[in-house]
This record gives sequence, C-alpha cells and structure tokens, in this order.
Amino acid sequence: MEKQNRKATRVVAVLAGLGLATLMPLAAHAAEKVKVGLMLPYTGTYAALGNAITNGFKQYVAEQGGTLAGREVEYFVVDDESDPAKATENTNKLVKRDEVDVLVGTVHSGVALAMAKVARDTKTLMIIPNAGADELTGPLCAPNVFRTSFTNWQPAYAMGKVAAEKGHKTAVTLTWKYAAGEQAVEGFAKAFEAGGGKVVKQLTLPFPNVEFQALLTEVASLKPDAVYVFFAGGGAAKFVKDYDAAGLKKSIPLYSSGFLTDGTLEAMGGAGEGLLTALHYADGLEIPKDKDFRTKYAMTYKMQPDVYAVQGYDAAQLLKSGLDAVKGGKLDQATMVKAMEAATIDSPRGAFTLSKAHNPVQDIYLRKAEGKDNKLVNVAVKKLADPARGCRM
Amino acid sequence: MDFTTFLIQILNSLQYGLLLFLVASGLTLVFGIMGIINLAHGSFYMVGAYLAFALTSLTGNLMLSIALGIPLAFVFGALLEWLLFAHLYKRDHLEQVLLTYGLILIFEELRSLAVGDDVHGVDIPALFSASIPLSDTLSYPVYRILISVVCLVLAGALWWLMQRTRLGMMIRAGSHDRDMVQALGIDINLLYRTVFALGVVLAALAGMLAAPISSVYPGMGSSVLIISFVIVVIGGIGSVWGALVAALLIGFADTFGKVLLPDLAGLAVYLVMAVVLLWRPEGIFKKG
Repeated sequence: MEKQNRKATRVVAVLAGLGLATLMPLAAHAAEKVKVGLMLPYTGTYAALGNAITNGFKQYVAEQGGTLAGREVEYFVVDDESDPAKATENTNKLVKRDEVDVLVGTVHSGVALAMAKVARDTKTLMIIPNAGADELTGPLCAPNVFRTSFTNWQPAYAMGKVAAEKGHKTAVTLTWKYAAGEQAVEGFAKAFEAGGGKVVKQLTLPFPNVEFQALLTEVASLKPDAVYVFFAGGGAAKFVKDYDAAGLKKSIPLYSSGFLTDGTLEAMGGAGEGLLTALHYADGLEIPKDKDFRTKYAMTYKMQPDVYAVQGYDAAQLLKSGLDAVKGGKLDQATMVKAMEAATIDSPRGAFTLSKAHNPVQDIYLRKAEGKDNKLVNVAVKKLADPARGCRM
Repeated sequence: MDFTTFLIQILNSLQYGLLLFLVASGLTLVFGIMGIINLAHGSFYMVGAYLAFALTSLTGNLMLSIALGIPLAFVFGALLEWLLFAHLYKRDHLEQVLLTYGLILIFEELRSLAVGDDVHGVDIPALFSASIPLSDTLSYPVYRILISVVCLVLAGALWWLMQRTRLGMMIRAGSHDRDMVQALGIDINLLYRTVFALGVVLAALAGMLAAPISSVYPGMGSSVLIISFVIVVIGGIGSVWGALVAALLIGFADTFGKVLLPDLAGLAVYLVMAVVLLWRPEGIFKKG
C-alpha cells in the first residue's frame, strides 16, 4: 500500500513537473515576440528608399527601448528588388516559411499590389510604408491592409487646388503613361477643374522614356497658364532641366507632386530653384515631433531623414497601436485592426488618422524648392482623405 | 498646331529618326550581310552612352569623349566578333538569338557592377548648349541640330561606302556568296570583322550623341533595340537606304503620335509597322 502510494506520488510529481515545464512558456507568454517581415528594395534604383524606410522603422523601435508594446521584435528581411515578377514568391516566403505576424512593404506599386493579394488571401496583417497606388486602398482594400504613406491622388489633388487658387485658367499635364502618373493627373484635374480651371491637354510618354523634346514643343505652343507633371528620380531631374533649357520655366509655372523635387534638387543643378510642389512632408516643418525625429535620425544614421524614413517610422507606430490593444496576449487580428483603425499616429509630418479604407487622412503641404531643401510654404489642404473609390469594407 | 510649332516638330522628328537610323543601320548591316540576328545590338548603344558618361566624367568634355570613344568602340566590336560572333555565321538563328540574348544579360550585369543602377545625366557641351529662338515661346536647341547634321553626314558616308567603293562592293558580294568572295583572294574574315565593328561603332556613337538628351540609364539598350528591329523590318532587311527611310518614318510617327494622340503614346510606331508590312510584307526596300 505504502509502496503503491509512493509510486503514485512519484507519477504525480513527474506529471506536475511536466505540467510546470509546459506552463513555464505560458507564464513567459507576456513577452512573446512579434515577427515583422520587411519586404523592401535593398538593391537597384529604389535601394535608398528601402533603406530609409527600414531605418525609420527601426528608429521607432529603438525609441521604445528596442521593443514594441513590450514585445521583442524579430525581423525577417527580404529584398524585393522592385521586381513584381518575384513579389508573390517573396511574400509567400515570409508568410508561409517565416510565419511573420505582419508584412511591412514596399516601395514599388506593382510589387505592393502582389503583396497585398497574398496578404488578403492569407489574412496576414500588412502595412504599406510607401507604394502610392490608389488601388491598394481603393478597389483592392482589405481589413488587414494598412498604409502609412499616401495615395498618388492626394498630393496631386492638393496641387490642383493650389493652381486653381492662383487664378490659373488652363493647364497641360504631362507624365509617364503608367498607373502612378495617371492617378496623379486625375487628382490634379479633379481639383483644378473644381476650382474653375480647365485641363486642356493630357500628354504622356512611355515609362521610363525621358525624351521630352516633342512634348515640350507642344506645351510651348499651347501656352497654358500652368503645367502639372508627375515624374520622380532621374527622370524628374532630366525633365526639370529640359523645361528650364526650353525657356519654359520663365513663362509657364510648373507644378508637381513632391516626388519631382524630393532628393533630386542637387541633380537639377539649380534648374529646380523655386519650384512649387505638394507632398505630405516638407523641410522646415515647425513640429516638435519632427525636430526630435530628425535629430535622432541624423545621430543614428549620420544622414538626414526623408519622407520615406518618416513613412517607415509611422509604420512601426501603427503596428505598436495594434500590439497595445492585445496587451501582450495572443495577436488577435480583429482586436489589432480595430485599434489600428482608431489610432492617431504622432507622425513627424504632423499627427494623422486613418480613413475607412486605411489610408492616412493627412495635411498636404505646399513646398518651395530652395537650394537642396523643399521648404514649407503652407498647408495646401488640411486633413485630405483619399476618395477611396471602389473600396468596399 | 501653328506653323512654327509644326516646323519644330518636323525638326524633332528628323532628329529622332536620324539618331535611330544610326543604331538601325548597324543592325541591318550585320543582319542583312552576315545573317546574324543580334539582340545585343541595343547593348552597344547602351555601352556607347555609358562610355560617354564615364569619359565625360574624366575629361569634362563630351566632344573629346566621343573622339576617344569611337576607336574604343571599334576595338571592342572587333574583339567581340573575334571571340564570339565569328563562330555564329554558320549557326541557325535560334542559336544566335540565345547567345546574343545572353550577351544582353551579361552586359546589363557588368554595367550594374561597374556603375550601379542610377540614372545619370551628361551635360550638353557649352559650345552647343544654346537655343535658336523661332517665336516668342518656341526655340530649337543647337545640340539637336548638331545631332541631325552628324547623322545625315554619316548616312551619306555609309551610302557612299556601300555603293561607290571597292570595300562596299566586296561587302555586298560577301553577303551573296561568302565562299566565292574568299576564293577570289579576299580575306572575308577580316572583312566581316570590320563590318561588325563598324556596326558597333554606329550604335555606340548613337548612344554617345544621345546621352545628353535621353540620359544614361539601365535598360536603355532594350527600348532602342526593339525600335531598331522595327526599322530594319520596315526598311527591308539589309538595306541601308531602307533603314534611313524607315527610321525617318518612325521618327515622324513617334513625335506626332506623342503630340496628337497622347493616349496612344508608344503605339504609333507599331501601327506604322503594321500598315507598312500589310502593304509590303518584305519591307519598303527589298534587299538586292
């Protein structure tokens, strides 16, 4: 009897021990990691943008003491090479193999569209820190897909409003024939025509063609009151130089979304001086949060932050508000999504909230190119929301 | 469109067409005479543009860079023919396509390693950076006139070389019967090497001249390659004269297409090709 008792005690003890062993991680559950999949361009034309977004994201995590909502952050990094052909496979790698809790990416709209499709299909939380394709928070919107940047439509709409307010009656638009350009031109035309102006001609050329001569000749002969363009990167620098060289800068004011002059003013070699552009960020914002952000960024990375760094920083902030809501427990997506939808992001660009379609409702600034900076002139449109046409959620 | 605008757009068309001719003439020579489908021809254009960029960074003078770049391109072309293309004459078109496609990938990768994937600008030489005013808002850049003149002179020289010189006669004969020309005591290998290198020089020169107006960027060769094949096909394979006419036709179609039918920008060229080929399936000028 005694022997049996002793045996039973031993069994119970072993069982208890086992139980304790399985309970131990449960007790430690409060500090469970969050797996973040960073899918961004780290090589190629957009490498600088991918790095800036990553830097911004990590800076926010560092400011929180290296954790988000008390959780350790584990990064899974994939270079998307801005190649839409590889996008689905890359995204699947992060979702299926690495089992990330959230996808953060990317710059290139084509890649982002493929990513968003995987995110929707697998119901993985996704935060877009740049790609401006209207569709992402339009017809293709989803409860688990968020954006901390902009839609192509937003800055263009703001610029159209400013152009109309300046009393311009006619305008010609010019862009590459691709989605971002067409969406921007549409936004500009919408606001410009609502303000009493008229877009007399929409000129396009194939991407990434930079032979503008024939189109500049056409602009000069149409003599509109204003010209709106959407170009970025090397093509932007080339366009502004050609516009100046053709003698048009003196006679017809040139307006654009901020991507025309962001990071390209040096390459323009003075031809960009004085250009007015609209964007959700500017140099010389009198916002304490921005000053703090810029100082810390410059100290950590030994360079000045840009709009891309801001968008990465805000992606981390948005994720934190979701994580806060589940209080260290299981990452329940419904709870997180609800909290993220309700969040006010204390961004260096100025605080913003999200629209129903999960796109920032934000101030769009009017900026003027001075030297290497895009200096703040004023707020072009306050709290501008994308119309999010086609989003059913 | 008023008269001055129309005039400038004509000049734009001519300038673009003539530049395309430089690329396409080399392609049609190699294609028509040696029978090689050279998909890497666009890469020679790119090599030229990057050469102009690199040399201009060193010398600070585009004209000097072009003067240095031409012999470099010639040697590069001759070496490439000796190493690779000389082995392709008797192979079928599929193998030529595979090898030359591989070359595109290799050239792009080498470029990426050497200078990265950024877009670079090359400044127009100060001497030619002015514009000629034609009305109160319209003016035409001197540099583009220069391009047109250089291309026209080269077109004339090429025609003279092919039709009026002994060398041209040998080249034309070689395209008909390689063995017979060899039997007559002409070093056909040297002849082909020269023609190939000449084709490379023409494409590279086009790239060098275009560098200031089209920028220097990754993948610039492939866009020009496609349009060059369109020109070669429209003009008639192997015909230099046909390449000139077709290149001008494409120049006009592209320029006026961009301006008059902006929604179809980029399509106008292919519409022209379709119409021409329906009319003359072997191109405007048949090889002969």
